[in-house]
Amino acid sequence: MSERMDALAGLGPPEPAPAVLRRRDLRLNPSLVIGGILVTLVIGAALLSFVWTPYDPVRIDAANRLAGYSGDHLLGTDKFGRDVFSQLLVGARTTLFVGIVAVGIAAVIGVPVGIFAGIGARWASEIVMRLNDLLLAFPALLMAIMFAAVYGPSTLTAMVAIGIATVPAFARLARSGTLQVMSSEYILAARAAGRRRIAIGVRHALPNIAGLVIVQSSVAFAIAILAEAALSFLGFGTRPPTPSWGRMLQESQELLHSAPRLALWPGVAIAVAVLGFNLLGDGLRDRFDPRLEVRR
Amino acid sequence: MSNPSAAGVSDLAPAGGDALNVRGLQVTTGRLRLVSDVSFSLAPGERVGLIGESGSGKSLTALALMGLLPEGVHADGSVRVAGAGFDLIGASERQLSRVRGEQLAMVFQEPMTALNPVMQVGDQVAEVILLHGHQPDRRSASRAAVEMLARVRLPDPEASARAYPHQLSGGQRQRVVLAIALANDPAVLLCDEPTTALDVTVQAHMLDLILSGVTERGTALLFITHDLAVVATVCERVLVMYGGRIIEAGSVHDVFTRPRHPYTRGLLDSSDLEASDETGRLRTIPGTVPAAGRFPSGCVFRNRCERATQQCVQLPRWESAEAERERGAATRPDDPEGATARGYACWHPLEERRDD
Amino acid sequence: MTEPILRVRDVYRTYRRPRTSLRRPPTEVHAVRGVSFDIHHGQRFGLVGESGSGKSTLIRMLAALDHPTSGTIEFDGQLISHRPERRLGSLRRRLQVVFQDPMGSLDPRMRVRDIVAEPLVAQRQPRSAERIAELLGAVGLPLDAGDRYPHQFSGGQRQRISIARALSIRPAVLVADEPVSALDVSVRAQILNLLTDLVEAYALTLVFVSHDLAVVRHVCDTIAVMHHGRLVELGPTEQVYDRPEHPYTRRLVAAVPTLRRALAGVGAVELASAVVAAGADPTDTEEDELR
Repeated sequence: MSERMDALAGLGPPEPAPAVLRRRDLRLNPSLVIGGILVTLVIGAALLSFVWTPYDPVRIDAANRLAGYSGDHLLGTDKFGRDVFSQLLVGARTTLFVGIVAVGIAAVIGVPVGIFAGIGARWASEIVMRLNDLLLAFPALLMAIMFAAVYGPSTLTAMVAIGIATVPAFARLARSGTLQVMSSEYILAARAAGRRRIAIGVRHALPNIAGLVIVQSSVAFAIAILAEAALSFLGFGTRPPTPSWGRMLQESQELLHSAPRLALWPGVAIAVAVLGFNLLGDGLRDRFDPRLEVRR
Repeated sequence: MSNPSAAGVSDLAPAGGDALNVRGLQVTTGRLRLVSDVSFSLAPGERVGLIGESGSGKSLTALALMGLLPEGVHADGSVRVAGAGFDLIGASERQLSRVRGEQLAMVFQEPMTALNPVMQVGDQVAEVILLHGHQPDRRSASRAAVEMLARVRLPDPEASARAYPHQLSGGQRQRVVLAIALANDPAVLLCDEPTTALDVTVQAHMLDLILSGVTERGTALLFITHDLAVVATVCERVLVMYGGRIIEAGSVHDVFTRPRHPYTRGLLDSSDLEASDETGRLRTIPGTVPAAGRFPSGCVFRNRCERATQQCVQLPRWESAEAERERGAATRPDDPEGATARGYACWHPLEERRDD
Repeated sequence: MTEPILRVRDVYRTYRRPRTSLRRPPTEVHAVRGVSFDIHHGQRFGLVGESGSGKSTLIRMLAALDHPTSGTIEFDGQLISHRPERRLGSLRRRLQVVFQDPMGSLDPRMRVRDIVAEPLVAQRQPRSAERIAELLGAVGLPLDAGDRYPHQFSGGQRQRISIARALSIRPAVLVADEPVSALDVSVRAQILNLLTDLVEAYALTLVFVSHDLAVVRHVCDTIAVMHHGRLVELGPTEQVYDRPEHPYTRRLVAAVPTLRRALAGVGAVELASAVVAAGADPTDTEEDELR
């Protein structure tokens, strides 16, 4: 044990190996950057709306109905004279709120279920996954309609419905990620050390699938936004007068010929949010890809 | 073999009589230099080993020769192969694909990834034959392929030709890869750790096959590995790489019995599992290999060398045994022990003495 | 010291392959066939075999990470084969494993100090900064290594981390599964020295598995040779190496290229002939396996 571990001749302590064979630097890849910008826009709009909006979005101004673009009303007004731009800003709140709650429910329920299925005995895993499949059979829309019928339509029922409907995707993902982790040698080492299964699931599986879950969350966020918009459009989501991009779309339907801008801007807002989260998810996935890890 | 180094390079005509001629090869990625100043040549039919550990740059050298460097990794210098009238460095993909499998062939470490899993092995051999126009049609190419498989001693070549890679064992797969490589009688065969993934009994047969394969065809061989014993078993001369540079070169016998560079000595000592010191421990090289591209300036080995001094901050000149003994220069020696073939890059070489 | 610390009796491990046809029964893989041997306190026991020999499977069963299909394994007089996980505490406290793959055997998301301390935590023993520092020092790693992550270290250093982890709870038996196979030659020498030093310093019993006969010869005093799931030879190191009895062992010894022999003129052709001359094994049904 006499070898000198510290490098001689003033080269300093061992540094992390540089990414010599990494194909390209994916810390700031285009998807991540663009997605990040778009998502920041949406978040920024929502935050801004708490502090300031040009007009009160729910204030009816009969005199100014269907006004066009102007210095007063940046994006015009709708058929009730409400400012479109203000509605968009406040609508961002709803959008984000739905995304956060829905994805939150899906992850908090789905991930532990998936990990449990991954670390457990074969039979437990099978039962859990079959229940999962059962849940998978219910599309979010159907579930939202059912909830709306029982509890009355609202943002809350929409969020919960979307969240529950997304649980199976997270459970599947968490399980397959966990299975991969379980086949590693460091899990064998943990078992040899005497660790129990639950401890292995929490201490080893969870951190190692975190990347996957984050990426999935991004994508699920995008889907949740679309789902909420669809539900609001159909009348099962956010109740008036709370601004919602989906409902704005629905209300603009009858005026498509005369005032297409009323459909355009909410549509663009939805597209920006969905695209942003999707790209962010893609960018994060590339960032976390273990195959592109530093090789020595 | 000619002398590597920036100054005093004897000017051999590119691919003059050589099967392979490499000059000033440099591989970089971004600002990191992974391989520097690599120059050597292979005479037709010569068998040369390239020894190095992880981070030495030996595999990158092989990839650079074939034009198979990954994205973001760039090669400079000159590589000439007999039969190809252009420099391989900087050649277009189109030009390179005419050379690969024809004048220059390669055997990699993992046979499973080198073979197409959904294609019968006989077809894979026939494909390379047909691609370079050595047979007029499919039928004759298939016949030639079966013949190749027989030459690499696959049992029942006709049936083997119809097998898929996953139906063969590892050793058999590697034989198929060798058959593909040698099918068109290349001028140069590159082998990068071809037997490392094989069992030792299988390895012995594989080495025999490689040796007979190249001697039959007069193919020059560049055998890359970290295993000194394997190089000594197959090759006539050896190049020792460390830190992206060739630090010693010469005949296998000379380098392994009378090493001049301290790293070569260290490598020989640590591989020798039968010789331990007084306390029963193996002799080691102190320290660890620095990260790729982060080798010390000047002599790449100086931060681990007991003999290092202030002078070693300067890049050591290549010393050929010829320059040292002041003998008359023979630029293309016929005998492998020839003076110009032997050299090293060190300011404080080990004394020339016979090792017992 | 007459009672063996590990006793293996007639162990079989058979796997069922998934069905490929509805009519025929699924094929079975006999990874380990009827293996029996003893390991005594303080022995340095080497287990040699090529791929498909069953040595890795056997090692897992010794560490109770897998259970035999039939046969028994006793650790310190107590049966450990087929014992449920919750009753394996005493085995886990006294037998630890160092694995082959320096990349895969360390959790990439855990800091080194947590990796090294894991057995302590799992066994509910106190974990202190001093103990961690002591362990890191014992394997030749710098003190600040504890704060870093595995990917910041080289292969040899990661194996040191693995060794430190295995030694953290002061086991009596250290099982090393191909610990140096993935390492460069010069690093291999360092790690082998480290292992032999530690085995001596802590009076450990060592079970060393490798495909490399030369490595096992250097480290161990007893060698067992496995081939296709069977134990074909067992004896003191020098005897197995110099006077092998089983034809497979003879082939194995003949097939290893050595620098000495190569420089003496044993080229590839001669090597291959020597392997053939060592004799074919009548029980040999399969050829060339990929490691």
